[in-house]
Amino acid sequence: MSAVFISGIVVFVLAAFVGLEVISKVPPTLHTPLMSGANAISGITVVGALIAAGIGSGATATILGFLAVTAATINVVGGFLVTDRMLEMFKKKPERKT
Amino acid sequence: MTQLLYLLAAVAFIFGLKQLGSPRTARNGNMIASAGMLLAIVVTLIDQEIASWGTVIAGLVVGGAVGAALAIRVQMTAMPQLVAAFNGFGGLASTLVALAEIDRFDGRFEVETSVVTALALAIGTVTFSGSFIAFGKLQGVLPGRPILLPAGQALNAALAVALVALGIWASAADSVAAFWIIVFVAFVLGILGVIPIGGADMPVVISLLNSLSGVAASMAGFVISNEALIIGGALVGAAGMILTIQMGEAMNRSLANVLFSGFGSDGGSAAVMSDKPVKSATADDVAISLAYAERVIVVPGYGLAVAQAQHAVRDLARDLETRGIEVNYAIHPVAGRMPGHMNVLLAEADVPYDQLLDLDQSNPRFQQTDVVLIIGANDVVNPSARDDSTSPIYGMPILEVDKARTVVVVKRSLSPGFAGIDNPLFYEDGTMMFFSDGKAALENILSAIGEL
Repeated sequence: MSAVFISGIVVFVLAAFVGLEVISKVPPTLHTPLMSGANAISGITVVGALIAAGIGSGATATILGFLAVTAATINVVGGFLVTDRMLEMFKKKPERKT
Repeated sequence: MTQLLYLLAAVAFIFGLKQLGSPRTARNGNMIASAGMLLAIVVTLIDQEIASWGTVIAGLVVGGAVGAALAIRVQMTAMPQLVAAFNGFGGLASTLVALAEIDRFDGRFEVETSVVTALALAIGTVTFSGSFIAFGKLQGVLPGRPILLPAGQALNAALAVALVALGIWASAADSVAAFWIIVFVAFVLGILGVIPIGGADMPVVISLLNSLSGVAASMAGFVISNEALIIGGALVGAAGMILTIQMGEAMNRSLANVLFSGFGSDGGSAAVMSDKPVKSATADDVAISLAYAERVIVVPGYGLAVAQAQHAVRDLARDLETRGIEVNYAIHPVAGRMPGHMNVLLAEADVPYDQLLDLDQSNPRFQQTDVVLIIGANDVVNPSARDDSTSPIYGMPILEVDKARTVVVVKRSLSPGFAGIDNPLFYEDGTMMFFSDGKAALENILSAIGEL
């Protein structure tokens, strides 16, 4: 196995543990925004899509690249925007009427 | 330098996720994560010598416009299906990245590259087709009940084995055809895997697909040797897995049970209904008991979302509060169709989040509660989960509403919930059944209180 690949595995495992550690105590109120925010982050695959589309060698690669960029961008833009829309609604009550 | 900027983007993701964990900082966290994403995109565009700007810009513009339109126009009640759809697009993108890499690469793949390519294709495609089946079920395009195929589980097992075999073939023979067959088989597996899962199990399924979309991105990162993808994907994979496990625990079911049991498929017809009498109530009856209460807890369920009654319940609660009555909301972790579904709906109606109680906060309070108002929830308040060891939902943590003085159940009919079992709560002395549509019921109760 190449050194690059092994360091990739190291990064993967460590990042997964960081993820478990960072997210383990999220209150239920935030489960949906957390999920949609995380979902937008998984759109990081847009980087791969941009590389694939940008090389632009051949018709197949161009079509695949274009579709990949489009799908990933829907995921990224839509995901972050909708998460923000949701979080905007989460408010604490200013003063409690009694 | 590029690598360091990617690392900075990854740090932004970690920091953003961390802040998403607390209500005060969550919005900021989402901003930080999106800034990290923008950085990653800009770095890529500068660093890579982009030959075909046309393709890149077209994809960004089309994707950005579609994503923004969906995000801005979606109704909060439709949030579960939108999250499912975004998951699906993420999975699709990872598959396409891996396919483009296969197309571009001329010559032999290293074995490890073949393996991660096969994984990216398989996981990305299962996420894609599975998410869109979940979308169809949540949107009501497909029936929400479990659809069981004959020998469906054997078929799915066979498909999974086929994927492993194809992966080995693709790695050993470096066959492009094998990679494409992997995509096809994974596509079918995603469809057949999600179709037998019923609507009320969707919180688990959506979390799992969320996790898989992250893993797929990570695998695509291995394919193109890009650490930003590996880190970002791994974070999301871990986050989704935590939610998946939490949702499973909230139903006292294992992941395998959710995925393979076809739970709820015999609902309705097979349910044994009690012939005990129920106490049927009118809006006036409910209004009187609410108006003379000191503490009220509202228990919302999926029926609240279906009836779009989140604003009506807020109006009622505000009226009660002006009368000096304390109103809180008890939310079961799997109420609704995705984790936190009820919280989002109530937030949309401007219900402050500190009035929303989770399972552990609510249960000690029911004993001191005068009226529990249940709207569109059923299985999550079913005492047989606690008392009847023969019940299919025995052991599932429930909201123990039967400890409150009075329980008002707003429900269209006596029909059983998703699990297809009768609910003894309905026949208890302290329970009033108000048979009505959720929204109409709340509006009628509110006007009845006004007339007291």
